[in-house]
Amino acid sequence: MDVEVLSRLQFAGTVMFHYLFPPLTIGLGLVMVIIEGLWLRTRDESWKHAAQFWTKIFALNFALGVSTGIVMEFEFGTNWAAYSRFVGDVFGSALAAEGIFAFFLESGFLAVLVFGWDRVGPRMHFFSTLMVFLGSCFSAVWIVVANSWQQTPAGYHIVPTEVHGVPGLRAEVTDFWAMVFNPSSVDRLTHTLIGAMILGGFFVCSVSAWYLLRGRHQLFARRSFTIGLVVAAVFSVLALVSGHDQAEQVSRTQPAKLAAFEGHFQTGPAPLYLFGWPDEEAREVRHGLALPGMLSFLVHWDFDAPVTGLNAFPPEDRPRVWVPFQAYHLMVGLGTLFIALSVGTLPLLRHGRVFRTRWLLWVYVFMVLGAFAANHSGWVAAETGRQPWVVYPSVQEGVAMPGLRTSDGLSEAVTAEQVLASIVMFSLIYLLLFAVWIYVLNNKIQHGPDERASEPGAAPPGGGGFLVAAVERAAKAGSMTEAHGVAPAGGQP
Amino acid sequence: MSHDTLALVWFGLLGVLLIGYTILDGFDLGVGILHPIARSDRDRRVIMNSIGPIWDGNEVWLVTFGGAMFAAFPNAYATVFSGFYIAFMLLLFALILRAVSLEFRSKAEHKLWRGVWDTGFFASSLLAAVLFGVAGGNLMLGLPLDDRMVVRQSVFEQLGPYPVLVGVLTALLFTLHGAIYLYLKTEGELQQRVERWIWRAFGLFLVAYVLTTMFTLVKVPRAVQNFEHHPWLWVVPVLNVLAVANIPRAMFQRRPLYAFLSSCATIAALATLFAAAIFPNLVPSTLDPAWNLTIYNARSSHKTLGIMLTIALIGMPFVVAYSTIIHWVFRGKVRLDHASY
Ligand code: HDD
Ligand code: HEM
Ligand code: HEM
Repeated sequence: MDVEVLSRLQFAGTVMFHYLFPPLTIGLGLVMVIIEGLWLRTRDESWKHAAQFWTKIFALNFALGVSTGIVMEFEFGTNWAAYSRFVGDVFGSALAAEGIFAFFLESGFLAVLVFGWDRVGPRMHFFSTLMVFLGSCFSAVWIVVANSWQQTPAGYHIVPTEVHGVPGLRAEVTDFWAMVFNPSSVDRLTHTLIGAMILGGFFVCSVSAWYLLRGRHQLFARRSFTIGLVVAAVFSVLALVSGHDQAEQVSRTQPAKLAAFEGHFQTGPAPLYLFGWPDEEAREVRHGLALPGMLSFLVHWDFDAPVTGLNAFPPEDRPRVWVPFQAYHLMVGLGTLFIALSVGTLPLLRHGRVFRTRWLLWVYVFMVLGAFAANHSGWVAAETGRQPWVVYPSVQEGVAMPGLRTSDGLSEAVTAEQVLASIVMFSLIYLLLFAVWIYVLNNKIQHGPDERASEPGAAPPGGGGFLVAAVERAAKAGSMTEAHGVAPAGGQP
Repeated sequence: MSHDTLALVWFGLLGVLLIGYTILDGFDLGVGILHPIARSDRDRRVIMNSIGPIWDGNEVWLVTFGGAMFAAFPNAYATVFSGFYIAFMLLLFALILRAVSLEFRSKAEHKLWRGVWDTGFFASSLLAAVLFGVAGGNLMLGLPLDDRMVVRQSVFEQLGPYPVLVGVLTALLFTLHGAIYLYLKTEGELQQRVERWIWRAFGLFLVAYVLTTMFTLVKVPRAVQNFEHHPWLWVVPVLNVLAVANIPRAMFQRRPLYAFLSSCATIAALATLFAAAIFPNLVPSTLDPAWNLTIYNARSSHKTLGIMLTIALIGMPFVVAYSTIIHWVFRGKVRLDHASY
């Protein structure tokens, strides 16, 4: 295999591994802000224990996010040196801004969040949680801006360079804010953050549903489940809205990508496939189920309007179809499922019915995997649909700017053997990390929240009867407010 | 500001980031290298928790250094990172291993489990410290940089005697620095053991320091070229020697904080000497001096350097504020509680 294939494999593998963690960091961050906010408002110790439990999971996840993220930042230089020279002037400043504005904020306050429970007051602690959450959102801002610039470049021009008499080209900034607010960055950032919140919501639901099924940590699990569910439901609906917006934006800025998403080979009125099997040789989608004219309608509000097909692009400028098509359809399919599931469950919160519907709880235990898959397939669709460009060509103020092909972005100095060696290394260490992550995560979940104050297990001698009664009442009534009224009274040490 | 001035300013700011990183993460790495001296599980936890809350923030200095180099001198970033491919992959390996060893160690009681992560913590810290030195040593010597700004060299060729010597020096310097830091953070019997290690590390460091200085003067004539044009630069090595000498003095006088500040100053001085030795190059070429990558031919556009300076000026006060808050919250001796590693 050649350096190009290997480097792409390595980048895809390492970034997808990295991206297991950031969306969970961001999504759990939101849930923790909510829970700690409730603790501050009510001063109910069981909220504090809930916050402490999620903090532990969060810290574990964060550590993995950080260690795999450094790899990403180095990899631009190690494997994509020509790309780095080409984009450094534009892209580097976003990366540097990420370090200065986001990573310092996150990692600094993370220390207080994780280690500071006994050192700072509740307000300062809440503030730190909020800052960590904000920091993680900021880092999404800068990295997604950088990535969006590759997809829909703006605010730059391409200039010839000459070092030691060797000519080259590079992108230079002409307008910083146009670069930051390039045509896709706001859409994509919104959508990425929404995806992260969905994951956070479903993750919390998954752990809580499991406790409910086991009959453990009831109060904690009900509260967390409710919060997770509301987060998941709200953001699932928003994902559809922002996703639609984005599809429309892609149709304008990257028509070849949209054509690949939908397997649209010939310009003309376009159907929308619910699923299918694109065949690039035959230039058609097999075994598909299509809504005729629907894509035309979504893009142009007209069932018969033509949509640009892949035939409008010279063969060397076309993305491959199969992967973006399937990834895109997986994401949209899962997104639809999330809406149906989470919005459908909301009414069952009344009288705690959902907490007794065991099959539904089992669905939630596993749905978190769907949320991971949706986030990943979204990126895979966006990135493979961008091919064969690593930086898209564009037109700036009427002047055509050349793009950079992925195959031209590689490091000259690096050989296939070296890349292979590093892939082997990453595979081994990431497999190990993954296994240990699952093991430790499982340990933490098995161990559960610290309940000295919120459940009968650690009740002071003599207090058991009352506490048990209280929790039973909460279990019967099931509503958050009632449960909440009961537990602290009986639970304060 | 003119384009040339901005390039100079960014050379300086990169130096600041590098010094910030080596001082802060330097003691983290040193603490990792010293970790095996702890005998009991409790001592190991104390050692790990002495950097528990802060190592991550310290590492961000490296991340920002990388980002800033990418933005300010993209050609140098591309050349160095791809030229040191295998070495940097090993560095990544070390940094990942260190992070997860810290994070995972206390998550299970099992002896073997803890043993594995203890070893990981020590080995990764040592490897990272040595690799930083090796990279620095190679840059001092220069790399076979061709006219296309490409370095083709295997990792074995990068392990020559001089780079390895600098690697050892760096590891010993960080060990010394970490030991003094630990002294500040520990008490009782563990602290006494740490004190013995300060002396040992100091002795070894001194040997490596003298050797490296001699080797540099003989093998790398370029190292002192800039000193001829700018004699005031001699202040740096003089301060360096004073700072080194002040470490034992302060320890004798039982003023560990001064010793710590002295080791910070030593690191800063050595990093400055490195910068002074290569300036205005970022990557000197051993093939033809005309192919050197300098701050002038590796830099970004005038506009970008200006934008970045604005970003840095806005961001830096925040960074300093967070760092101060965090170090203040976690000041004093290590206390183990339910949140510790
Ligand atoms: C949507 C958000 C997002 C995306 C697309 C990426 N990251 Fe990331 N990254 C984060 C969101 C994030 C995060 C939430 O800020 C971190 C901190 C903790 C975590 O789990 O992820 C993180 C950590 C993190 C770190 C460590 C920071 C530290 O030391 O504190 C680095 C250097 C990077 N990332 C770099 C990258 C690069 C170069 C990417 C692209 C190829 C990338 N990340 C994709
Ligand atoms: C975190 C979520 C992300 C995922 C899951 C992801 C996924 C991928 C995948 C699958 C590829 C390989 C595509 C192919 O080879 O066909 C790729 C390539 C690439 N992506 Fe991303 N990406 C993500 C974020 C980013 C970001 C934030 C950036 C830049 C800031 C970025 C920059 C690149 C570059 C430079 C390549 C390499 C060249 C290439 O193969 O296209 N990616 N990514
Ligand atoms: C429900 C309907 C959805 C639609 C119509 C939709 C639409 C889109 C489109 C068109 C893109 C490509 C954007 C580009 O290439 O620039 C995209 C990317 C993406 N999607 Fe979705 N999406 C939906 C649901 C979801 C859900 C539920 C998640 C996650 C839980 C998700 C996560 C992502 C991510 C992470 C990306 C890549 C980043 C980006 O380009 O913004 N999407 N989505």
